[in-house]
Amino acid sequence: MNTNSFFFQAFVYLSAAVLFVPIAKKLGLGSVLGYLLAGVVIGPAVFALIGNEGQDIMHFAEFGVVMMLFLIGLELEPALLWKMRRPIAGLGGMQILFSTIILGGLALALGLPWQQALALGMILSMSSTAIVLQNLQEKDLMRTAAGQSSFSVLLFQDIAVIPMLAMLPLLATLPIPASDDGAHLNWVSGQPAWMQTGIVLGSVVAIILSGQYVIRPLLRFVAATRMREVFTASALLLVVGIAVLMTYVGLSPALGAFLAGVVLAESEYRHELQSDIEPFKGLLLGLFFIAVGASIDFSLIMQQPWTILGLVVGVMLLKAFILLLLGKVFKISAGQNLLFSFGLCQVGEFAFVLFSFSRQEGVLPPGLVNLLMAVVAISMALTPIVMLINQRILMPRVSVGDSNTREVDVINEENPIIIAGFGHFGSTIGRFLRANGINATYLDIDSDRVDLMRKMGFKVYYGDASRYDLLHAAGAERAKIIIIALDDTEKRLEMVHTIQKHFPHITMLVRARNRFDAYEQINAGMQHVYRESIDTSVRIGMDAMQLLGHRAYTAQRAARTFFKFDEKVLKELAGVKNPQEYVIAAGNMIQNLENVLKNDLQSPFLAQDDSWDTETLREEMRDKDS
Amino acid sequence: MSVLRRIVTRRPDMVKILILFAHPVLEKSRVQSAMHRRVQEMPGITVNDLYQCYPDFDIDVDHEQELLLAHDVIVMQHPFYWYSAPAILKQWMDLVLQHGWAYGASGDQLQGKIIFNAISTGGRQEAYRQDGYNRYTMEDFLRPFEQTARLCKMRYWPPFVVHGVHRMEPADIQLHAVQYEELLIALQHDRISAEEIQGVRYLNELTPISKTIVS
Repeated sequence: MNTNSFFFQAFVYLSAAVLFVPIAKKLGLGSVLGYLLAGVVIGPAVFALIGNEGQDIMHFAEFGVVMMLFLIGLELEPALLWKMRRPIAGLGGMQILFSTIILGGLALALGLPWQQALALGMILSMSSTAIVLQNLQEKDLMRTAAGQSSFSVLLFQDIAVIPMLAMLPLLATLPIPASDDGAHLNWVSGQPAWMQTGIVLGSVVAIILSGQYVIRPLLRFVAATRMREVFTASALLLVVGIAVLMTYVGLSPALGAFLAGVVLAESEYRHELQSDIEPFKGLLLGLFFIAVGASIDFSLIMQQPWTILGLVVGVMLLKAFILLLLGKVFKISAGQNLLFSFGLCQVGEFAFVLFSFSRQEGVLPPGLVNLLMAVVAISMALTPIVMLINQRILMPRVSVGDSNTREVDVINEENPIIIAGFGHFGSTIGRFLRANGINATYLDIDSDRVDLMRKMGFKVYYGDASRYDLLHAAGAERAKIIIIALDDTEKRLEMVHTIQKHFPHITMLVRARNRFDAYEQINAGMQHVYRESIDTSVRIGMDAMQLLGHRAYTAQRAARTFFKFDEKVLKELAGVKNPQEYVIAAGNMIQNLENVLKNDLQSPFLAQDDSWDTETLREEMRDKDS
Repeated sequence: MSVLRRIVTRRPDMVKILILFAHPVLEKSRVQSAMHRRVQEMPGITVNDLYQCYPDFDIDVDHEQELLLAHDVIVMQHPFYWYSAPAILKQWMDLVLQHGWAYGASGDQLQGKIIFNAISTGGRQEAYRQDGYNRYTMEDFLRPFEQTARLCKMRYWPPFVVHGVHRMEPADIQLHAVQYEELLIALQHDRISAEEIQGVRYLNELTPISKTIVS
């Protein structure tokens, strides 16, 4: 079999991931280390199942980083950014500033020209968003002080990439090498430095404006077709399109995607975009880590093992030390500070992007870049191990009695109620709850309606509420109640199953179209089932009684008694029937109606009002008198 | 019903107490909610929260009658509204105490059971006197309950009353809730004799709050 065929390649990558990631997770090493290991094993170093194309794969898989940044952008509403401004700007800004000064200063001392030293310092100050966030999330540490501080620093780094990319061309001292592949051919690199800087800033503004005035209306248009796969396609198109555009003007696609994400963070399509991109991101990021593992140049390491090892340990220790001091200044408690500083001490995936960019721009010589790329890859591979050592050995010694974990705002909404479906049915529920000061998170599939309701000040999100990822994004982990008010019978049942499987703690209140729908839901284990027409029908009956001359209170009590009785019978009949029998078929309808009507004959209607009936009392009096 | 049976059979030797609890806005109450919290945690006591069970006033007569049969002491716990109980307790009496079941020639299902009111009032005790602001005593105002009990062949005991709740300090509220709990414990273990009841105006006197700790 041709080892270069696409299917064989896919087979190798997928089986490596499927084999190594679960094992790594089982051993408590985290998925990132699993991917990296998989990469090393299938790479040229061990089995050589994939060869020199590791670099190409990396180019492709860098797209996973682009998607990740798009997703990070989506999570960052401007309001949230504003709330976190102090840790982000303070902690993050200081981290980059000091790391750049110290690492760059050392490079300068080692004899590099100041331009190269500065570029080096900036690039090495970056940490790995992908590895750190993945690790923190897997270990459920995002809500701790260390988790939040790490996030702030990573975020600032993500943002700092923008000015860095704008600055790097200005530091160029070397002749620009011939481009190694077509993807990097762009007209921007041919422009003078000041022009390049202008183009960068122009592109940023263009993305912000188009996010607001082009992408949103476009998404609305696509959403109106109600074709899920087309929406997924347009979500992908959006990210790919930005990547193409950015590459064309010679900018980092990750940057553009991040910006587009922030611009769309406040849009109604946020959750839907998130859940559409998420699986692609996961896989591509996995591929990215595999590629990092595979591209570790072992022959280069063999040639200069001590230089590289020294650089890795030196850079990581220096970065950790700077972070440790900053943590102290920002009053992070000792144990949390260790987690924070050792977590962020590696050099991250942005360094790959920035290094190749600076080689391309003639900022750094290719030899140096290759050496440092190996350093970056090794430091990334070491991170999960460092974090493990830190958590198992260092932290237990320091953090005795350390309970300084602060509660922080979580990115998702945290309403106790989620309402799925905002049609006539769901919107009445929503209005009622809002009138009583209860906030809910709403999910709806009709884009026009989402638009309208958002204008009215409801928190409505566009998407298919029966999907796990959207529920997850809407904060189902922390919700107490989900009201399923969707119009579609099948979708409602699908949603019930999804929630039972993934969020068993939630109480579900489910809308049912009729008896048969209700039977199915009751048999699926639902306790709270609401037929849409029962209340109204009974109310008409009650009004009819009144118009025929019955007293209002009598008619009302009769209606309520009937309603309660009917609910009881509903549950009984649901239990009796076997699943095939309540298929909506004419014959069954009649038979079911017959059962219901028979039951009515035995009902205790108004018997309870005997208490107000003086008949027996008068009888007793008569007996006494006679 | 299974819940009820479990409670009742756990300690067969204990006197079984049923609390008919009536408060339309418990979330705004101070004294009644403190008393309610206390009794809710007590083992062997059934708390029947009427406004919670029947927000539509459609009282389930069969269920209520079964509850009555399964208990020895009935406590009507409620705030004092317009010199009487909140409306749902009247609705409960109208519907549950049926002729031929609770009263009348053949109505003797409740015979011998003990019943009393556990009340909180805004007015101080001095207001409930002939020369006071309300012109009548608590005993006078509670006559309808007394006679209802009599007609159902039950023993009507003096009330447990917490007076002056509007001006009461939170600490004193807790003291009264504890006093109520102590009374119910004494009742549960059958430590109150018929003679003791004869001599008291309020049941509070059986488990007095120490003068030194009340403000």
